[in-house]
Amino acid sequence: MTQATQNNVLAVGKKNDHDIAGQEFLAFTLGKEEYGIHILKVQEIRGYETVTRIANSPDFIKGVVNLRGIIVPIVDMRIRFNLGTPTYDQFTVVIILNINGRVVGMVVDSVSDVITLSPEQIKPAPEMGTALNTDYLIGLGTIEQRMLILVDIDRLMSSSEMGLLEKMAA
Amino acid sequence: MTIDMSQFFQVFFDEAEELLAEMEKLLLAIDVSAPDEEELNAIFRAAHSIKGGAGTFGLTDLTEVTHVLESLLDRIRKGEMALTAEHVDAFLVAKDILKMQLDGHRLQTPVDQEAVADVRMMLQSLSQGQVSAASLDITPAVEVAPAAMVLAAEEASRCFRIELPQVPVRDVDALAAELGLLGAISRSELEDKRTVFNLATNEGPEDIVAICSFILDPADLKVTEQEPPVPALTPAQLKAAQEAAQGYGFFDPIEQTGEAAAAAAKKAQEDAQGYGFFEGFEPPAMKAVQEAENVTQAQAAAQPAAQPAAAAAADKKVVTRRESDKTAVHNQETTSIRVGIEKVDQLINLVGELVITQAMIEQRTSSLDPMIHERLLSSVSQLTRNTRDLQEAVMSIRMMPMDYVFSRFPRMVRDLATKLGKRIEFVTHGAATELDKGLIERIVDPLTHLVRNSIDHGIETPEVRREAGKSETGKLSLSAGHQGGNIIIEVTDDGGGLNRDKILAKARQNGLPVSDSMSDADVWQLIFAPGFSTAEVVTDVSGRGVGMDVVKRNITAMGGVVDIRSAKGFGTTISISLPLTLAILDGMLIKVGEEIYILPLGYVVESLQPDPADVKEITGQGRVVKVRGEYLPLIPLYQMFGVEPRFTDPSQGIVVILESDGKKAALFVDDLVGQQQVVVKNLESNYRKVAGISGATILGDGGVSLIIDVAALLRSSRQLADESIFS
Repeated sequence: MTQATQNNVLAVGKKNDHDIAGQEFLAFTLGKEEYGIHILKVQEIRGYETVTRIANSPDFIKGVVNLRGIIVPIVDMRIRFNLGTPTYDQFTVVIILNINGRVVGMVVDSVSDVITLSPEQIKPAPEMGTALNTDYLIGLGTIEQRMLILVDIDRLMSSSEMGLLEKMAA
Repeated sequence: MTIDMSQFFQVFFDEAEELLAEMEKLLLAIDVSAPDEEELNAIFRAAHSIKGGAGTFGLTDLTEVTHVLESLLDRIRKGEMALTAEHVDAFLVAKDILKMQLDGHRLQTPVDQEAVADVRMMLQSLSQGQVSAASLDITPAVEVAPAAMVLAAEEASRCFRIELPQVPVRDVDALAAELGLLGAISRSELEDKRTVFNLATNEGPEDIVAICSFILDPADLKVTEQEPPVPALTPAQLKAAQEAAQGYGFFDPIEQTGEAAAAAAKKAQEDAQGYGFFEGFEPPAMKAVQEAENVTQAQAAAQPAAQPAAAAAADKKVVTRRESDKTAVHNQETTSIRVGIEKVDQLINLVGELVITQAMIEQRTSSLDPMIHERLLSSVSQLTRNTRDLQEAVMSIRMMPMDYVFSRFPRMVRDLATKLGKRIEFVTHGAATELDKGLIERIVDPLTHLVRNSIDHGIETPEVRREAGKSETGKLSLSAGHQGGNIIIEVTDDGGGLNRDKILAKARQNGLPVSDSMSDADVWQLIFAPGFSTAEVVTDVSGRGVGMDVVKRNITAMGGVVDIRSAKGFGTTISISLPLTLAILDGMLIKVGEEIYILPLGYVVESLQPDPADVKEITGQGRVVKVRGEYLPLIPLYQMFGVEPRFTDPSQGIVVILESDGKKAALFVDDLVGQQQVVVKNLESNYRKVAGISGATILGDGGVSLIIDVAALLRSSRQLADESIFS
């Protein structure tokens, strides 16, 4: 985290004593859209490495990798939401998420930065316009000229649409 | 002191359970005619530890039972009483009662209070047995149960004033209950809210401090001895007291004739030889009062005089001895630590990861020039050795000796044999053989079933055995040992053996496809069929025909194999072969296209390249391969997993013959890569169950490889085959 964001957190904190003092989001891009997820859900960010394909699984589940002895499934969000062209090179990024104790990797086009949004910077999402169902959105975050689609990654990853969990898939 | 005790309850329960199991094991092993002193001490220590723990947590019902148990044990181990089979039985019953009480506290299961009272009575009467018997001619009604009432307050030899520091009421209550076991207790409060106990007891101040130190710091405790109330003594009693106690304070009003008291006291003195009975007579005071009302005056008069006399004769030696016991127990505890299983598993995971990293380093340095990088390479080989040792050591943490399973059988065999009127000698071999904890817990049920079966169906009654010219005592043995990467557990009896004709007849009756020309091994396997029992009479022990199939299923689920050897008239051996651990698997690496999969080696029968003429199509739906005269369904792995294979013609690739549940199939793959031990990783922990895959592992290069669920694969292939036949 940069000094500037640190200060930002403090400044926001002073402004909103009554509320949670600004939330931090990890911003990443999928195609041309910029998304944000809660930084606390992110375990680490890695480069893309060779995965082991799982037979008969949906195409957006790339397979599994070995993350220091743990078998972690890798989901390609670009395929799942038809955003951008899935290319895999040394710049392809995998965000390792920790969703309620389950570790899942998410392939995105790029990761930009960590930004802090105060509650008034988060606007409710309109009923249309994104590839994601609004159920999985926290809202839209605006900071200067940028707009971030804030994703409720917990809900999205546990949803039946992703088929990552047994009970949902059944 | 305001520590929340509840967090320690679980520890106590676990510990108590272990101690009880240990106690039972020792009891069953003990030689009644010549008991080993060390064993007796160990049993005593177990009872004592449970009592101590139960006291700390205020589980008074447990303390009461352990207390009488301990008293009796104490006398036996000091040689005041000879151990008899009756004692052992009583101890075993007491152990069951304690287990019931323990479960009552832990799982809220019902506790049979009547049985609890019964066992206490039994133990108490046993503990009086010897002395009473000695004075039987002069004291009527020996079986007077509660020694309790002997010790009403005024009968106690000493009186203590115990000043407690400031402690919560809960602790005071717990202390009061615990001290109440020593004798009569009364409670008062000082101005500064501290509690003072007045305790009349036969115990010394050391014991009071020892009990209090469970709850509070002994340094804060003030114990002062006071003049006990002196009841009037008859000359005879005085004489008895002097003789017995040899100058120790003794103030017992014994309502008995002088001779009786003197004789009993003398006897007690002789027996005690300076040790005293001490523990024998700490009755639960509350109970005493209650019971005293019910007991007639006559019985009260019949109380063996020896008890208080002996108690008073207790001297310092007892105290020293008890202290030395305590240090022994203490030493034992410090040799092991309790660690949660998840911590161990985490450790195993980390080491597994280290092993993979090490393999990667080894692989990457292998291409270096050994001349230039000599030192690096020697360090790498050192690392290889160290990691291997480390992995072995860590894996051994999860390993438990088979004794954990075996130790529960002697009791069961004994009970069952008695019930069925059979005489059985039970022996175990290889109890030190170690097996993974996960497996050991799952082997208990199948093994129990097999042992019960052997006792019920295998070993004959003494009469039948005599007629057959065999020794009347049947022999049942349980053995465990290593064989290659497997552990072999065998249940062997020298009973009648399996009856081939009967099994075949029964199989026909059940509609199973059998023929008279079947090999013995195949016939024996029939008993694992569901609903199969040749027992004429269904007993509550076995013979319902459920069980053997469950046994087989459980063992197969563990990756094991059951094998039966039997000879008519000579007995049966059921042999279970299990992998050493579930965490590591012997795997065969196979390749399809660019993907590597792992087949558990246990399912692999053979692998071969079939002759093109042996591959046949069945109505365009599937193919079969002829292997050694058998047509096996061909499962092309590339089709199952949607891979682009190198070969589509089985005669170019390799077929691996797999067997599970007695069904075979041929798996068609491109190539065999090798064979290695792999660490099994769970796929479901972060993802979900995948059809046809039982888990994953990490290969030497750090990549993930999936383990094929052979049993499921064969099941699905059979469905395909059946459909192709019937549709």
